[in-house]
Amino acid sequence: MSRYYQQEIETAPREKILEIQNEKIVRQVRHVWDHVPYYRRLMEEKGITPKDIRSVDDIRKLPFLSKADLRDSYPYGLLGTDLKNCVRIHSTSGTTGKRVVAFYTQHDIDLWEDCTARAIVAAGGTEEDVVQVCYGYGLFTGGSGLHGGSHKVGCLTLPMSSGNTERQIQFMMDLGSTILCCTPSYAAYIGESLAEMGYRPEDNKLKAGIFGAEPWTEEMRRDIEKKLGIKAYDIYGLTETSGPGVAFECEEQHGMHINEDHFYAEVIDPDTGEVLPDGEKGELVFTSLDKEAFPLLRYRTRDICVLSRKPCSCGRTHVRMSKPMGRSDDMLIIRGVNVFPSQIETVLLNEGYTPNYQIVLDRERNNDTFDVYVEVSADQFSDLMSQIQRMEKSLEGALRTMLGIGPKVHLVAPKTITRSEGKAVRVIDKRKLHD
Amino acid sequence: MAITQISLFLMNQPGQLVEAVGAISDTGSNIRAMSIAEANDFGILRAIVTDTDLVCKALKEKYLVNCTPVVAARMDDRHGALYPILAVLNESNINIEYMYAFTGTGPEEAYVVLRVNDVETAEQVLHAGGIDTLSDESLKL
Repeated sequence: MSRYYQQEIETAPREKILEIQNEKIVRQVRHVWDHVPYYRRLMEEKGITPKDIRSVDDIRKLPFLSKADLRDSYPYGLLGTDLKNCVRIHSTSGTTGKRVVAFYTQHDIDLWEDCTARAIVAAGGTEEDVVQVCYGYGLFTGGSGLHGGSHKVGCLTLPMSSGNTERQIQFMMDLGSTILCCTPSYAAYIGESLAEMGYRPEDNKLKAGIFGAEPWTEEMRRDIEKKLGIKAYDIYGLTETSGPGVAFECEEQHGMHINEDHFYAEVIDPDTGEVLPDGEKGELVFTSLDKEAFPLLRYRTRDICVLSRKPCSCGRTHVRMSKPMGRSDDMLIIRGVNVFPSQIETVLLNEGYTPNYQIVLDRERNNDTFDVYVEVSADQFSDLMSQIQRMEKSLEGALRTMLGIGPKVHLVAPKTITRSEGKAVRVIDKRKLHD
Repeated sequence: MAITQISLFLMNQPGQLVEAVGAISDTGSNIRAMSIAEANDFGILRAIVTDTDLVCKALKEKYLVNCTPVVAARMDDRHGALYPILAVLNESNINIEYMYAFTGTGPEEAYVVLRVNDVETAEQVLHAGGIDTLSDESLKL
């Protein structure tokens, strides 16, 4: 059984990786210059031509691309090849504004599926495995991304898509799924449903899960691993850069290896745009190295994380990124204080609650109201009102300590918080801060 | 002795109570007594039913359920009957978290359900004071 999908490149010496990157970046910048007038204009405004980019060290001279650029150039403005060469699109959910549409040639899809295949093999996948893909299929990249990787590895692929939990569980048990691919919140939901149906963690054949597409914490990982009796691997990606598989976790579960032969990663100071050294926390920026249809140079992901080039015991030599510690988009500013939903989740799990919560923000007389709804579990419930009110107060205190501001906690019955089977609805912001 | 009270966590919203009572009704068990404590977002329904195990098992599939031992002290259904019960408990420094009452099956017979901090002592001092209490077995009759 091989531990790697593409051993030669995944374990290549650093100098070899750099050599590949240097060669590819020159071609990628030339490709963009020749085919994407939108970006060419950005380069010209900075007085840069492809001749100025001779190695990855020169990438920092290039202008940034932001989500706003992608929206402005919707739908074809950043297309890097003729439409006749493209074979597919994917699109973001559009929850934070206008949709972003990404295009793929067959070459782009091949490279993307190599990336997800690497992730599946890193999670222990072989042709013996049964991979249950319950990421959504369709415009969302999750379903087809893992589906393609699973094919490449030669696994039996169950193209379940998201939802219909009963059917998911039936196939999982009847066909003996060994690897589960979905969002972490859906994995937790499947775990709960299995327990409710009377299954113990050892009753399923699952050995690993590849979870991504939404933020999750180490506590949530432990929770899912316990509920399903598996090892849970993180996977990272975004529609703009292809989809899941830009980076993936190995058995170390200590940061995700970025597929550096296809993506060059930088961490920058989000305010100044200055490139930060490894180990410093900042905004992750990706430059595609060999994309045809949707090449993005210096795309700002909004994800805050840290890069590490320390050797990894798994043998992979590609740089590791930490789990995103927050997202500038996710960051809530409540009464002037920066709050990340992940901080709330950490407190809940530490205090013995389930990670099922919802934050509701509103504005009363020009002041922010901050309410957190949390599901109570069976072992916490008491017949004494005073006891439950003490629990609410105590949780409010723990949250105030962590966040610096105090929310009002509302304990609610299990399964009353809306859980979409794709992405969990964590925040409802009713404040009208902009017209 | 003591009897088992069933508590349910319900959201403070229309439809919650009727659904929960329907679920109890489906078990064929009779509700002998009940009370509700309400907060802004949720309420706690407490009930004494004729078949605690059956109701508890059925409700656990859908609700947060908690079973608590409580004291059901017998009294005559007439003025002044509650006082000696509370007086006896007070003498022994027993704290009452909450209470509610129901009438018995016999004529002029009533019971008060007491959620106390120390069930065992409460029953001892009540019995010593000549006051009867119910058991789960006697509820089924």
